[in-house]
Amino acid sequence: MGAVAEYFDNIKNAVTTIFEGMAVTASHFMRKPYTVQYPDRIPVRVQDTLPYRYRGILNVDLEICTGCLACERACPIDCIVIACEKDPKTKILTISQFDIDIIKCMYCGLCSEPCPTGSIHHTSEFEGADFSTESMIRRFVTDPIDAYKPKKGPETDERIAPILNRGLRYVNEFAPPGEAWNGGIVDGGAAPGADDEEEAAAKH
Amino acid sequence: MQELIHNLFSSGTFGKLPEPLVGAMVVFVLSAVVFLGIAFPFAGIVSWVERRVWARIQSRVGPNRVGPNGFLQWLADGVKHVCKEDVIPTDADPQLFKIAPYLVVLAFVLPWAVMPFSSSLILADMNVGILYMTSVTAITVVGVLMAGWASNDKWSLIGGIRSAAQIVSYEIPAGLSIFPVVLMTGTLSMQGIIRAQGWAPQHWFLFANPFTFVAANILYVSALAEGNRTPFDLPEAESELVAGFATEYSGMRYLFFFMAEWGNLFIIGAIITTLFLGGWQSPQVSNNPVVMNILQLITFNVKVLFLVFVSMWIRGTLPRVRIDQLMSLCWKYFVPISFGNMIGTAIWVAVWPAGNWVAGYIMFALGIVIALIFIQRVMYYLRRSRMELYFRPTI
Repeated sequence: MGAVAEYFDNIKNAVTTIFEGMAVTASHFMRKPYTVQYPDRIPVRVQDTLPYRYRGILNVDLEICTGCLACERACPIDCIVIACEKDPKTKILTISQFDIDIIKCMYCGLCSEPCPTGSIHHTSEFEGADFSTESMIRRFVTDPIDAYKPKKGPETDERIAPILNRGLRYVNEFAPPGEAWNGGIVDGGAAPGADDEEEAAAKH
Repeated sequence: MQELIHNLFSSGTFGKLPEPLVGAMVVFVLSAVVFLGIAFPFAGIVSWVERRVWARIQSRVGPNRVGPNGFLQWLADGVKHVCKEDVIPTDADPQLFKIAPYLVVLAFVLPWAVMPFSSSLILADMNVGILYMTSVTAITVVGVLMAGWASNDKWSLIGGIRSAAQIVSYEIPAGLSIFPVVLMTGTLSMQGIIRAQGWAPQHWFLFANPFTFVAANILYVSALAEGNRTPFDLPEAESELVAGFATEYSGMRYLFFFMAEWGNLFIIGAIITTLFLGGWQSPQVSNNPVVMNILQLITFNVKVLFLVFVSMWIRGTLPRVRIDQLMSLCWKYFVPISFGNMIGTAIWVAVWPAGNWVAGYIMFALGIVIALIFIQRVMYYLRRSRMELYFRPTI
């Protein structure tokens, strides 16, 4: 290509490519922006759109905590502190302290995996900011409480049954495929999806 | 203006003060009102509009929290900058460092004197109006170079030098692109140039002949380069030079640089509108001069604001050019083409001294064809994206 032809080719390229580029950006004026205007200008709370296994701030259902200390041992950074005492006479395990330091927690999920009943579990809540470090330590036990004792058959207590149901479903999420264990406690086999919606509806 | 001052003086409002002093006072107050009330808020609002426009180009939303749809964002930013500490580096040259932003703002403020808003609304209809306009806007280079040198910082210096090289180079194609219009009208006055055109697009100089069409485009691009706008924002290239000549500035002085940059968009638009888009020319719908002036004011501002919008759109579209590309674009392409335009227009005027109205209609038709092709391309990209359409400018 001669120098003159190249010169005019450059001009042609510049004009046509800028023309096309302007057309592309002009088409963007008519497209809906992608932005999710967190936190206030959204139709649904972000927490409710998160997947079931999202690792948010930890929560503990003390009603079904067996006091086995598996989570405390599993925690790689020792952000969980549990104090349990067994009454030598009555053989009843009492939990007198269950603290989780949310500042230290790195949301690895190692504590919720060994939990036999799914008592300690991640929620979809992630807005944990506060003004003092002291208030970031979640203290779940205010009054000493008796640890949960797994029963042979299905859970009969109407108050505990739904909580255990949820907990075991959480545990089964981490079970290897085909080995989901319902311990003979959970009755009925509601589809996980339907369960999910029920839970969300119950929460809000 | 002089009559007004004279009337005020003779009515005894100012007692025994000497008349020239009172005149100077009135001019100062009026100019302060004009600049603080029109020019600076315009620069501020443009900064908000620009951020919204880019945001939509990038499928974002942009600032929409402060005030209705984020409209007061510019005030919040302005107040924040004014409240910040004015830091002057130890090794900087304090006098030059302090003066530089004012020179840049001066270059932004002076062109408003010859801004032809309507047939009567013009501060001074000088017989060298367009020449004045191009000369005073070039004062920017002094301020920017001064800022770059006085900061005593390598980024600032490189930014300042780049800006000087760029503005000085692009003055040539910009000046040469003004010549065709001057050749056709035989005047340098802003009002004279506008009066030589008509309100209909085929009577605009943009469509007068092929040479002026090319000249208008070259002038627009050169003006963007002189205003340090993307794709020619090399003096303040963030990725290379931190903030270029404004690196060491903070607070209000920093704000001044950017206010001048945004305000210059209006000047660029006004120059193009005056020379090529028929300025304030609007159809004669009424014999009432007030109605006509308001209509002309609206016409002029709509044209200018459209060009301001186009420059934002360009900024959202094109990447920054390299310094060698910038220079080759100017010296190898714009300067020869501008000379060709000038000679071509000279021949055109020699052949048809009163202008060729057929050419006006043909060029206007060509412009419509280009616009239709453009719309067709936009529709093509919209169809291909398969995205939800959203036409409201607010969100």
